Amino acid sequence: MTEGIDWIARSGLRAKGGRPVFFDEPAVDRLTSMCMALAAELSATRDRLDTVERLLAQSGSLNIGQIEAYTPDYQAGVERGESTRAYIARVMRGFQQEVEAMEYPDPPVTDWVDKLSRR
Amino acid sequence: MTSDLPPPYTALTRHPMMAVTSHDEAARFNFLTLMNRYISGTLGKGNALAYESRVLPAFKAVHGREPENREEVRVAMNQDTFHRMWSALKRNTMEMRQHNGRQCVLRQLDQLDAMARQFNEHSGLLHLDPSVEQPIYNTCVDIHCQPGGYHGGERPDDVTVGANYDVGLFATTGGALGSLNDGGGQAVVAHIKANMPDFAPKRILDIGATVGHNAVPIAQGFPDAEVYAIDTAGASLRYGAARAASLGVKNIKFVQCSGEDLSRYPDNYFDWVQTTMFLHELSADSMPRILAEAHRVLRPGGLILHVEQPQYSDKMPLLEQMLRDWDAYNNNEPFWSAMHGLDLIEEMEKAGFARDAQFVAGVRAVADSKLFPPSPDGAQEDYGRAAIWNAYGAIKTVAEEKVA
Repeated sequence: MTEGIDWIARSGLRAKGGRPVFFDEPAVDRLTSMCMALAAELSATRDRLDTVERLLAQSGSLNIGQIEAYTPDYQAGVERGESTRAYIARVMRGFQQEVEAMEYPDPPVTDWVDKLSRR
Repeated sequence: MTSDLPPPYTALTRHPMMAVTSHDEAARFNFLTLMNRYISGTLGKGNALAYESRVLPAFKAVHGREPENREEVRVAMNQDTFHRMWSALKRNTMEMRQHNGRQCVLRQLDQLDAMARQFNEHSGLLHLDPSVEQPIYNTCVDIHCQPGGYHGGERPDDVTVGANYDVGLFATTGGALGSLNDGGGQAVVAHIKANMPDFAPKRILDIGATVGHNAVPIAQGFPDAEVYAIDTAGASLRYGAARAASLGVKNIKFVQCSGEDLSRYPDNYFDWVQTTMFLHELSADSMPRILAEAHRVLRPGGLILHVEQPQYSDKMPLLEQMLRDWDAYNNNEPFWSAMHGLDLIEEMEKAGFARDAQFVAGVRAVADSKLFPPSPDGAQEDYGRAAIWNAYGAIKTVAEEKVA
């Protein structure tokens, strides 16, 4: 590891320049950052599990060095990319469906409750 | 179905100066690359939907008219719940890209610094001048939310900022710049070779070269030329020179020098002056000075070429202008908006380039097509970051020389 520098602390340095405020409640800004970071971590963990599975399937045993050194070949890379894309689609469904609702607007279901209940 | 998937991070061409990514660091970059594409593509169209369906009608109800400029659109969109969420997501991927890149670089900084020192001592490509002052447009904020900007560092003579820029650019651009992040420079080379086949430059000046990812392909494309890659940011040049040396490129030098003061070079010295995605990082005061200096050092008959995202015009819808402006306000690029609002042809004319000797051409990133799908465009485009540019060029005319 690098001498004389706390690489973990220094990595998280904020960029100079006031950060835009996106939400009325500051906690929502913080929570968004945390959700996005967690989504990235789970994605990395899924990749790691995929590496472990592929190595085990290949040789039946493995060590940490093999996991670190593993690079997916073209086909495995495509499969992973597709899998990550599907994972992102699952995590981001709420936003995606908000876009869909703007594209194809629907009245609130309560309208139908009223309509179908009336004789 | 998978044809537009960017390649995995681990498929990129590695060069010896590139920070080594761990298994999980590479995985995080893969996630960010795909997430950036998701935010600009799948979610990005929500901005237009929100604008048309509620932001614009609300604006018209209040003001009794359409918005007159992109600033009015920006203020209105920043009240919209969807756009605010979208912006928050996009800002976060940028911050995460920086954080991941810095973790990767800082944990191995001793090795990177040592390797850079070795390359730079032996190659002779690096020419630093500590007397060069950092201009305010480089220091007022950290451009691209990169801690330390392009000029700072963690300790004297380190390569942190250059190494971090290089290791994560793939994720920022959604993998659109090719194996060595050099799609911009390669696009320039391809454009010149196709359109000016007899052009045989001997001296090429690249202003604002940072780590040389766009200057190196020019040196490779014109092996008989000497490329002068200049920047005020010594920290980026230190990495860039080592990177070029590690790629085996010899016909390039990295010189710490401001484009505003090219007095170290005589009049008519260069055959070609190039800037790539640079003008928008300047300021209203400095840009005319740089263009004038570029004109002075360019020989009559020589070529000047600026590669930039398209300038705004009355023909470009205000919402698109506003979305292209996103990086100005949310990714620390304060001159982006004003620069893209300028009439660049007029600015070039003021600097001495005759109007009828100017041209504008479209260029796209040239990337290894086996690995890289083309940069998404149209509705899927990541406005302001897509690898689809305009080249604003001119040939310096002799007659113009007499007028000047």
